[in-house]
Amino acid sequence: MDLQTWIWLLVGITFALYIGIAIWSRAGSTKEFYVAGGGVSPLANGLATAADWMSAASFISMAGLISFNGYDGSVYLMGWTGGYVLLALLLAPYLRKFGKFTVPDFIGDRYYSNVARTVAVFCALLVSFTYVAGQMRGVGLVFSRFLEVDINTGVIIGMIIVLFYAVLGGMKGITYTQVAQYCVLIFAFMVPAIFISIQITGNPIPQLGFGGQDANGIYLLDKLDGLHRDLGFAEYTSGSKSKLDVFFITAALMVGTAGLPHVIVRFFTVKKVSDARKSAGWALLFIMILYTTAPAIAVFARTNMIETVNNQEYKNMPDWFTTWEETGLLSFNDKNNDGKIQYLADTSKNELIIDKDIMVLANPEIAGLPNWVIALVAAGALAAALSTAAGLLLVISASVSHDLIKKMIKPDISEKGELVAARLSAVVAVCVAGYFGINPPDFVAATVALAFGLAAASFFPAIILGIFTKKMNKEGAISGMIIGILMMLFYMLKFKFDWFGGGTKEDWWFGISPEGFGTVAMIINFIVSIVISKFTPDPPKEVQEIVANIRIPSGAGEATH
Amino acid sequence: MKKMKKSDQKKYWKTNLKYLTVLLTIWFIVSYGCGIIFVDELNTIRMGGFKLGFWFAQQGSIYVFTILIFVYIKLMNKLDKKYNLDS
Repeated sequence: MDLQTWIWLLVGITFALYIGIAIWSRAGSTKEFYVAGGGVSPLANGLATAADWMSAASFISMAGLISFNGYDGSVYLMGWTGGYVLLALLLAPYLRKFGKFTVPDFIGDRYYSNVARTVAVFCALLVSFTYVAGQMRGVGLVFSRFLEVDINTGVIIGMIIVLFYAVLGGMKGITYTQVAQYCVLIFAFMVPAIFISIQITGNPIPQLGFGGQDANGIYLLDKLDGLHRDLGFAEYTSGSKSKLDVFFITAALMVGTAGLPHVIVRFFTVKKVSDARKSAGWALLFIMILYTTAPAIAVFARTNMIETVNNQEYKNMPDWFTTWEETGLLSFNDKNNDGKIQYLADTSKNELIIDKDIMVLANPEIAGLPNWVIALVAAGALAAALSTAAGLLLVISASVSHDLIKKMIKPDISEKGELVAARLSAVVAVCVAGYFGINPPDFVAATVALAFGLAAASFFPAIILGIFTKKMNKEGAISGMIIGILMMLFYMLKFKFDWFGGGTKEDWWFGISPEGFGTVAMIINFIVSIVISKFTPDPPKEVQEIVANIRIPSGAGEATH
Repeated sequence: MKKMKKSDQKKYWKTNLKYLTVLLTIWFIVSYGCGIIFVDELNTIRMGGFKLGFWFAQQGSIYVFTILIFVYIKLMNKLDKKYNLDS
């Protein structure tokens, strides 16, 4: 069978599966819509969390980023998995015991204040919208490259699918679809990795393979370091970022991860506190499989790519080279007119520009794997993007229908009315996300970093202090969150968007990049919260009692309004 | 739900905090310690084709993270049992 048939077949089967699951698991009540009725098993929740969490960024972009940045790419690996330890140990069990539907719910109740709730809703919406736009773009990318439709048509098809099962099924539909999506995406990620690992090193386990030797008995990583030196790049295993910056970026990603509302909300779907702990464990185990494979793929892809293109005749390039050229994500400019491709670190002599995002998608083609494997990767990338998009849409719709309408604007809304509002806001959210997917703002990458920074600078300290200190009051938490967000916004606007006269790398405070500044803003948030709470009245007795209560796991009850 | 004595609540929470401190110390050492701060020193040691610091940053830390969560689950389940909280 040819490639196109394979792709249509695999993508078609997986989409039919998702829609089938959505019809089977329709949500009938707000509780089913927001938290799947609170009766999901820890294993299923672990699988769903893994799919929810691993987005188009993890599946499509991450291995490519590591491939180009080598050691510096470790910030994503450690940052995005290390955050799970914080989530499992410091947040998930207590938030589950607290038993609410959303993160703004926790902030609003723990800090007995609608101002705190509003700040939290604002952050949740901002984080989720930035993210979801990136996912829709990922869907569009896969469609345009593999299904040969226009990128806008691709985004619209993706919107319809997500709309269908997120609006119909709510959290219940999303949960079981995500279980299926995890299976699809992990299979799609592992199969080419195993194939290529055997091809290059003879070892079927990619995690070991990339520390192995090639056919000539040279260690693969040594060979890649050598290639990098020859072409003028920083050594693959050393990287070029400053140690301090690596430290701060890793911390910002970890804390940002732990503060992401669409991940936190998944722990509200299980029955009891011990199940919340367990599902965090399962989730990281399932995530680990992909995250330890990604650096192996990065090394294989990088070596294969350099060896295939560098100093080779342009006219002898394989098919994949021209297909990617057509998408504009790969371009060749023969500066010295010798008909050969020179791939070099020196930008004045380099003739090949490759978008980092294509490495995972092009990898099986570069390695010459069979058609069905390439088709599988397309289906896997779609599963990754759609599952995360659906999770984020749910957070957006819950923030609007539950936190804004039910809790603030119209508290006497009926259950049916709230469900309608939830579905309507999901529809609006999909349309907005689709709009940004079709017309991506130039600053998508920058705003994604901003989203992490904001989550780190706002939510994380407020939640941690809310659980681990009884004396933290609304004055402390609100001023901490606001100052944290403003610092982060200021730093991003100054150094990413060139506001306030802009600034270059040399002007960074203490040499910390905007990506790593979330850590600084978070520390400031902690300090401000603690200092202010010392000078303002203690929280009411009932609130202190709530804090004592969430520390004890028994009698968690079910998630309630 | 059974009512838990105030003193037991305190003890339960203290033990929990002790576990958290130990586990998060290990969490810090494998990622920030081995993967970032001491990466150059560890890179002088080799494990097959891997430089050790690089391995910790891209592989080892993630394995340890996963183990840490499962150890935490085990410890807390035992603690819950001791205080009859495993409903």
